[in-house]
Amino acid sequence: MISAIVFLPLLGAIGAGIGAFLHRDRLAYAFSLSGVVLAMALGWWAFLTIAIPGQNITIHLARWFDVGLFQVDWALRYDALTAVMVIVVTSVSAMVHIYAVGYMAHDASKPRFMAYLGLFTFAMLMLVTADNLVQLFFGWEGVGVASYLLIGFWYHKASAHEAAMKAFIVNRVGDFGFALGIFALFHLTGSVQLDIIFAATPTLQNSQFVILGLSLPALEVAGILLFIGAMGKSAQLGLHTWLPDAMEGPTPVSALIHAATMVTAGVFMVCRLSPMLEYAPVTLGVITIIGALTAIFAATIAMTQFDIKRVIAYSTCSQLGYMFFAAGVSAYPAAMFHLTTHAFFKALLFLGAGSVIHAMSDEQDMRKMGGTWKKIPFTYAMMWVGSLALAGVPFFAGYYSKDMVLETAWGAHSALGNLAWYLGIGAAFLTAFYSWRLLMLTFHGTPRAPAKVMAKIHESPPVMTLPLFVLAVGAVLSGWLFYDLFVGHHWHDFWGDALFIHPLNSVMEDAHHVPKWGKLMPLFVSIGGIGLAIIIYGKCPWIADKIANTFPAIYQLFYHKWYFDELYDKAFVRPAVRCGQFFWLRGDRGVIDAYGPDGISNIVVRFAAFCSRLQSGYVFHYAFAMLIGVLALIAWYLVRG
Amino acid sequence: MQTEWPVLTVLTFLPLAGVLFLLLIRGSEEVVRRNARQVALWVSGSTLMLALALLMNFDPDYLGYQFVDRGDWLVGEGIGYMMGVDGISMPFIVLSAFLTPLAILASWNSVQNRVREYMIAFLVLETLMIGTFAALDLVVFYLFFEAVLIPMFVIIGIWGGARRVYSAFKFFLYTLAGSVLMLVAILVMYNTAGTTNIPTLTAFGFDPKMQIWLFLAFFASFAVKMPMWPVHTWLPDAHVEAPTAGSMILAGVLLKMGGYGFLRFSLPIFPDASMQFAPLIFVLSIVAIIYTSLVALAQQDMKKLIAYSSVAHMGFVTVGIFTFNAQGIAGAMFQMISHGLISAALFFAVGVVYDRLHTRDIDAYGGVADAMPRYAVFFMIMMLGSVGLPGTTGFVGEFLVMAAAWQAHIIVAIFTTTGMILGATYMLWLYRRVVFGAAERDEIASLKPLSRREIAIFVPLTILVIWYGIFPGGIFTLMEVSIDSILNQLGTR
Repeated sequence: MISAIVFLPLLGAIGAGIGAFLHRDRLAYAFSLSGVVLAMALGWWAFLTIAIPGQNITIHLARWFDVGLFQVDWALRYDALTAVMVIVVTSVSAMVHIYAVGYMAHDASKPRFMAYLGLFTFAMLMLVTADNLVQLFFGWEGVGVASYLLIGFWYHKASAHEAAMKAFIVNRVGDFGFALGIFALFHLTGSVQLDIIFAATPTLQNSQFVILGLSLPALEVAGILLFIGAMGKSAQLGLHTWLPDAMEGPTPVSALIHAATMVTAGVFMVCRLSPMLEYAPVTLGVITIIGALTAIFAATIAMTQFDIKRVIAYSTCSQLGYMFFAAGVSAYPAAMFHLTTHAFFKALLFLGAGSVIHAMSDEQDMRKMGGTWKKIPFTYAMMWVGSLALAGVPFFAGYYSKDMVLETAWGAHSALGNLAWYLGIGAAFLTAFYSWRLLMLTFHGTPRAPAKVMAKIHESPPVMTLPLFVLAVGAVLSGWLFYDLFVGHHWHDFWGDALFIHPLNSVMEDAHHVPKWGKLMPLFVSIGGIGLAIIIYGKCPWIADKIANTFPAIYQLFYHKWYFDELYDKAFVRPAVRCGQFFWLRGDRGVIDAYGPDGISNIVVRFAAFCSRLQSGYVFHYAFAMLIGVLALIAWYLVRG
Repeated sequence: MQTEWPVLTVLTFLPLAGVLFLLLIRGSEEVVRRNARQVALWVSGSTLMLALALLMNFDPDYLGYQFVDRGDWLVGEGIGYMMGVDGISMPFIVLSAFLTPLAILASWNSVQNRVREYMIAFLVLETLMIGTFAALDLVVFYLFFEAVLIPMFVIIGIWGGARRVYSAFKFFLYTLAGSVLMLVAILVMYNTAGTTNIPTLTAFGFDPKMQIWLFLAFFASFAVKMPMWPVHTWLPDAHVEAPTAGSMILAGVLLKMGGYGFLRFSLPIFPDASMQFAPLIFVLSIVAIIYTSLVALAQQDMKKLIAYSSVAHMGFVTVGIFTFNAQGIAGAMFQMISHGLISAALFFAVGVVYDRLHTRDIDAYGGVADAMPRYAVFFMIMMLGSVGLPGTTGFVGEFLVMAAAWQAHIIVAIFTTTGMILGATYMLWLYRRVVFGAAERDEIASLKPLSRREIAIFVPLTILVIWYGIFPGGIFTLMEVSIDSILNQLGTR
């Protein structure tokens, strides 16, 4: 059954690929939809019959590497952690597949789109079922390629394939760390098998790596390297620049890959490695800091953006930060809980935004929207549900999970935990603010779109609204439904050995004993954020401009995304190209060729020219040379005596 | 292990026998042309069949050389004709036999003048390549190894591009300069050990001081072939000027002779010197990976870009070989085979569009995907293989080498792994500029889609790149025993 879950989407993708070459749209749909919907059904079935009763399964499919100690199997590992990821991935994927049928209806190459989606789903499932680091890496890079293909789906657009390339390369920087982390663990434990690594970790606490004469704790080195990988995939501060640009892809892609599933792979990886990271406290500290900083940093940018998808993209970045700092304080169940609820409400928000864009004739700029809510009431309602869940308004999914995340930060009782809590509270305020800013700008106020566009606004067809509804149900219920199972007092019964928290660490228990005001704080700031946004953007829009004009430096900083792209362009991209030019023209041509082959051949030519000049053909030259020779010989004999 | 009939000799000289057929063809120019292609394809096809039959009968568990066949030659002088294969040479023989028919097929329409001579050059080249990998006597090896230059020199010099003469000479002289030193070393070895028989020399145990000089002499030759930085500058020129099929063979097989040489001679015969020089090799390889990757980024010529990427990929091979552990050497071997397939396919991919537009300038393209969707798919797969995507052969070799590098030295591993990022950068940029974008000019929009012949070349390469990326086990078992015996020789096992 587990194999079927993983490989059905692949079969769907292959079918859709064949459909693309035969120009048979229906064939492609039949394959890809049935593949992923079946996978979803089986995924839930497996969750109920295998994961809930607490069973673990590992299926060995084939041998991949067999070189000395380097033994890697193609294997599927199914435990509670995988089970949660499988239902998240297959459910959102199935909804996005269905939605895409409507959204992409006017696109000529929709079978190709379906094939890429299926390929992505397969790679993501390989990632979450990996039982060794190399297969995890396979899925990791596989989703990277699928994301590359989907971002660049409209390959005619220069901005699309530029964004695709950027996504792949920035991810590769992360993967560089990931790969080195794998090598480090292989060096330490002689295996890439997760179970063997976890079993060996407690004995490795005193191991050291010597790098450039520095002796560093080996587990911390490996942990930080692996986290660099997670930062790349999950768009954390420093390696986040690709995610907003990835919005060039069709909106269903943004919902599936850049909100619900692929970008959460980093969080999944950190949770998966919890048995190892628990022995690497410095790494956990780094994860907490980076997560907390990303949460607030991305939120500040989201406040100032005007592209509806970019706002949601930065919001995703920020929410991923929450998940990371939860994992950083060892509250892995809380991180997974937020991952699950976030998948539903963020996919809902993206697909809702897609529905808006679809209605507005492909307009994404919120400055050209407004006053639309009466024309697309269903989409409007869905966006409200998603935003309520995101802001953490009571009894919506985000309320349970985000509060849990913040409570664990509090419950960690450490300086970093407190820092994360304060930044998290700040980000929660901003989250509520930018969410309602989005709602107000998009749906309320005076219509700012041209009359022609306004006249054409229509509600999306059922094939698009149905997935919205299903996701909305998830955004409302998933928090309440999974709270006890994932993060209740008996969280260990469900997660079993899949998530490991050091026995001395009681963060999960302490999180349930946060003082009243600490518990209510997130709610207060959210309501404050919502209220402020409604006042500013609903009642007196001039306030926004006023603020922007009063603090131009800060506004520009946020608006230009803290100038990360400009910085990277100056620091890495240009120098790399210039280095390449320099090495090529000055190195290869200027030095190696000039003094190597060309230099030698020049010398030979000149020497030959010199020799040929000696052979002038004049007899007196030769006679003169002979005379000198004879004189020299005689002189030599005389001197020698 | 001897065989009833001299199967290796037959395999080696079968293409040469085909040359006789080519010489016999009579008739009008058009008839000669058509028949020459057919004959060359059939001969190289039969050679491939025979090589595959050899592979079927190859016993991977056998320690030592198989299908050995000896002949008397310079009797009593310690120099004899001896052929045989083990797990190191077997994959390369099959690779050579596999790529030659594809190369011939690739030049089906693009070469129109002196077709018969062209085909003769390729068949001679095939004989020499197989001979190089099968030879078990240093002198025989040297003859094959050096003679390979001649047909390649001719192929570049006659059927090449505008600057073909400069490139051909550069290629020839570079390689020859390296080999002269090797010849001297061979003479010294012969004088010391009294034989040029490779298995005997491997067991001989040269004095460590002497090993240093011998190692350096062999190194000069193999480093040029590889090519390692800084003796790599012949490669971009040679590739740019060579016809498509020439590039395929040059990148696919000829570059591997350097790596093969390291594994066959340097490591087992000069183990002490190899250990001593490992740091130098690491430094050169790392420079190769980073420097040539950056240079590749600056290229405007598609072929030059891929040629520079080859130098970077060969950097992984030398790192792997000199880690002296099982993963490193197996990874290096795998990387060579994988690069043989991928770079041949990439050069062919360049050839396909070159045949249509007659330019290799990257900026002249853009938006090829619309007119040639299948081409875009094949090119994409090979591009991803080249950047080492898991699930392709490119990943398997590279990943093993990097893992092995960490065992040898952490800093080496870190620098080697940067190749992962840089490799992705130049390949993705190339692909983006050629295939993606809107087809703005008519000549791009009206490009002919892939012909059946072109698909027939891409398909087997693609299948192998993916199949062995997912199930590389078949190749690893082939060479396991031989790698073990190298490690034994080094004492690092």
